Amino acid sequence: MKAFLMNRDHDFDLQTKLPQNHQALINDLGLNALLDAMACGDEFILDVAKKAVLSGLNNDPDTIRYRQSVLQDCLNNPSVVRAMYDLSAESIEKERTAYFFSFLSKYPDSILRRAIEVLQVFVGMLQKLKTIADGGKDKFTSEGFTTFFAMLDEELGAEYFDRIQNHLKELRFHDGFLISAELGKGNKGDHHVLRKGQAVKMGWMKRIFANKPPVYAFSIHERDESGARALSELRDRGINLVANALAQSTDHILSFFRMLRTELAFYIGGLNLHEKLALKGEPTSFPRLAVPDERRHTFHGLYDVCLALSLDEAIVRNDMKADDKDIVIITGANQGGKTTFLRSVGLSQLMMQCGMFVPAESFCSSVCGNLFTHYKREEDVTMKSGKLDEELGRMSDIVDHLTPNSMLLLNESFAATNEREGSEISRQIIGALLEKRIRIFFVTHLYEFADGFFQKNSVKTVFLRAERRNDGGRTFRMIEGGPLRTGYGEDLYNKIFGTGK
Amino acid sequence: MPFHSILFGKTEDGLHEEQRDAPAFFVDLNLDQIIDAVTAGKEEYDLKPFFYTPGDDADAIRYRHEIMRDLENETLFESIISFSRRMCAMREHLSQADKLQYKHQKEKWFLDAVEIYCEAVHSLAHDLARVDSKSRGFSSLREYLADYAKSVRFTALLAETKKLKADLSTVKYCLLIRGNSVQVRKYESEIDYTADVERTFERFKQGAVKDYRVEFPDRPNMNHVEASVLDLVARLHPEIFSALDDYCLKNARYLDETIRIFDREIQFYVAYLEHVARFKRIGLKFCYPRISLECRNVRVSEGFDLALADRLRAEDSTIVCNDFFLNDKERVIVVSGPNQGGKTTFARAFGQLHYLASLGCPVPGREAHLALFDALFAHFEKEESITNLRGKLLDDLIRIRDIVARATSNSIIIINEIFSSTTLSDAVFLGLKLMDKIVRLGALCVYVTFIDELASFSEATVSMVSTVDPENPALRTYRIIRKPADGLSYALSIAEKHGLTYDRLKERIPS
Repeated sequence: MKAFLMNRDHDFDLQTKLPQNHQALINDLGLNALLDAMACGDEFILDVAKKAVLSGLNNDPDTIRYRQSVLQDCLNNPSVVRAMYDLSAESIEKERTAYFFSFLSKYPDSILRRAIEVLQVFVGMLQKLKTIADGGKDKFTSEGFTTFFAMLDEELGAEYFDRIQNHLKELRFHDGFLISAELGKGNKGDHHVLRKGQAVKMGWMKRIFANKPPVYAFSIHERDESGARALSELRDRGINLVANALAQSTDHILSFFRMLRTELAFYIGGLNLHEKLALKGEPTSFPRLAVPDERRHTFHGLYDVCLALSLDEAIVRNDMKADDKDIVIITGANQGGKTTFLRSVGLSQLMMQCGMFVPAESFCSSVCGNLFTHYKREEDVTMKSGKLDEELGRMSDIVDHLTPNSMLLLNESFAATNEREGSEISRQIIGALLEKRIRIFFVTHLYEFADGFFQKNSVKTVFLRAERRNDGGRTFRMIEGGPLRTGYGEDLYNKIFGTGK
Repeated sequence: MPFHSILFGKTEDGLHEEQRDAPAFFVDLNLDQIIDAVTAGKEEYDLKPFFYTPGDDADAIRYRHEIMRDLENETLFESIISFSRRMCAMREHLSQADKLQYKHQKEKWFLDAVEIYCEAVHSLAHDLARVDSKSRGFSSLREYLADYAKSVRFTALLAETKKLKADLSTVKYCLLIRGNSVQVRKYESEIDYTADVERTFERFKQGAVKDYRVEFPDRPNMNHVEASVLDLVARLHPEIFSALDDYCLKNARYLDETIRIFDREIQFYVAYLEHVARFKRIGLKFCYPRISLECRNVRVSEGFDLALADRLRAEDSTIVCNDFFLNDKERVIVVSGPNQGGKTTFARAFGQLHYLASLGCPVPGREAHLALFDALFAHFEKEESITNLRGKLLDDLIRIRDIVARATSNSIIIINEIFSSTTLSDAVFLGLKLMDKIVRLGALCVYVTFIDELASFSEATVSMVSTVDPENPALRTYRIIRKPADGLSYALSIAEKHGLTYDRLKERIPS
């Protein structure tokens, strides 16, 4: 029994390995604010959301669309979805806390008894799940949910619940234990298997004339304590496998609930985030996708979702048209919103690829094979030598993982040397990466590099510049435009120290 | 040639009493560590005596080289390994049978031991017949085994064993336990209840879950309830169990003596080659040295200290190899240079290579021409006696005198930093005197010293120097070379270092 709400044909894997650069992505894109907003204090959702968002880069367009439509169903029917999530969480919690007998026991006998009790509880919870599903399923239209509800219908019928109850009765062994064995190492009994007594009853005539096989027997004395222990061990060997099978069955049902909870958690996170943004009046939309090989990247009204969640006032939205472009070079004033813009590009790409809506009025982008961030780091006090060495070391690590159609966000990279050398290093690196079909966003102050690119006048390049009003004030908006020679450090200085007017 | 021993080609060589004590130079050359590592885990075979006995006969060494080379064939090596494993398992079974109390049980352990032995012999004979072995040792072993495996003694044993095992494996019975009573009868295809439960819950299966099967203590002995059950099972099958009784009486002395000895001696090769493989895996080279008594022109490329390499391997550190050679009249390598630069290691490696070669083993290095020796002497400075300097110098001189007195032109002498506790002028004086004696003797020698004067003593001496990285003198290279090092240029740009130039990037990123 599978939920398959995250992927059409396989479970969402919570153990999935995060991309090797996930810590950089979390830091550079401020991802924790987004994940916290999705989790709303639920640690489990936080974990699932983190895995789903960061592993989303592996999703193909088909999977992304599959999730988009499931999420849309959730937005339409939040109460049914939340009820199923709560029920699965409750089942897991009951199994964890309610039972005295421990599965850690060394005795098959107590393992079996605990398994029977847990099963009783689970059967009740499964019946409840069926009721919730039956009540709401008509309003769901996505492929993911309709398949899921059909599966519940198929697998959890009334006669199935009866069959389970029968087993629970039989496993009390009123007629003794019938156990088969073979001769193992040193002729000791081995391969003990619990047997069901012959179901076919012979007529009395047959019983009398049947060739009776020999039966030998012995008993142990009632005061023979070591004999009694030996006998109970023999019995335990007999029920060992069935105790295991039943305990594993409870585990399977438990993992069914876990899996259901996992598959729903991401969407509950989506619901939570959506509610928060709606409350602020910020727009969201489901993005349109293009295949990795294409170069599509156009949006309207994109904003930094993390900033939106942390600020009370409305924030700046940006537009960009970068279809058929390979690289976006962003220059302009300090404190002009370049980093925020870069972050909103990275976040929206991650959100799109994990199957969520994006923080924009409209958004279309090619799916990228991988996303990397290379940001200027604060000076590391422990390292005496080589800030450039550190930076290039990180860049080299990224290069080890680059494949065509990866997206790379560079924020003031390669500036830990003088401008000429930095520009030359940048020119070589960017030149090679573009030839290898890497999609690049580069926020840079390296005028010589940026201007060199600008002069080439390539149709594959977009130049953006942090807008500056004539009075020196910033709009935090990106406008199309080539690099200017100064970084507006003077403005910043004036803002902080006053202009003296 | 009838098969006699896998270690000794000539019958008489194997008849000496086994050497129980390590040679005197073992500790100085760290050979004790090497042999400990080689024989670790193989204590039951008592292999050290083999490693304490160097050979001075080129043919005896060749006899072993041939076998070593044959064993480099993985198929043959694997055959030997599985043979040894079986023989080992056989011994364990016999000792278990000894310890047990109930007859039906002892007999089964004995039966298993014999079965394992038959498999061991049978597969080894089978494998040897198919492997292309060129050594004299394996060829005569092959004949011996082929004859033995065809003998009536062996084939009858094998057939009887198989028959009994097969009969016992057909026995299957049912127990019905109710309260304190147990019924035993033959099994009659009753339904497996566990499978029934598994089928019911199969639909929930998500993936691997915990295994709740309880491990029952796997005691070889039985309690009286198990013994009672087994007695009743034996009553259900009287013909099988009486056949087992007869078998055990008849076959008590089944083990062949030549095979027993082979099983121990072959471990000499196995142990050494397994050790060698650990280094080959990390790219180090081993080779079969050309050995001669007449020619003193020693030549080694990429040699290394096997004891140190084992330690470095554990730490994942790089192991530095060194080349050296002695031409024409050259007999003495004088090693000087900065401390901690690998001088002692170099001296040890020289000694180790020669000793290992004398055992008939492949030696650490890509290529080696080594000398046979009649005796090997090592004199390494001991660090402990700093309080008693005068006593130490005296002790040094006495030991050196002994060495010079016993050494011949066919000996090897390794001297490491002696006379360092006296004044420089004394040290120079004594060093030159000693060097004069060694050169006159004509013995092969490695002399590690801080006294530069010794390096250019005569045409018999060769100077080698430990080196450091010229850019960063704190960095040791552990390279010992014949000539002073030229400064190495490390002027690489940082981007090049990280492989981030345009050309390198184009290579690094897949298309």
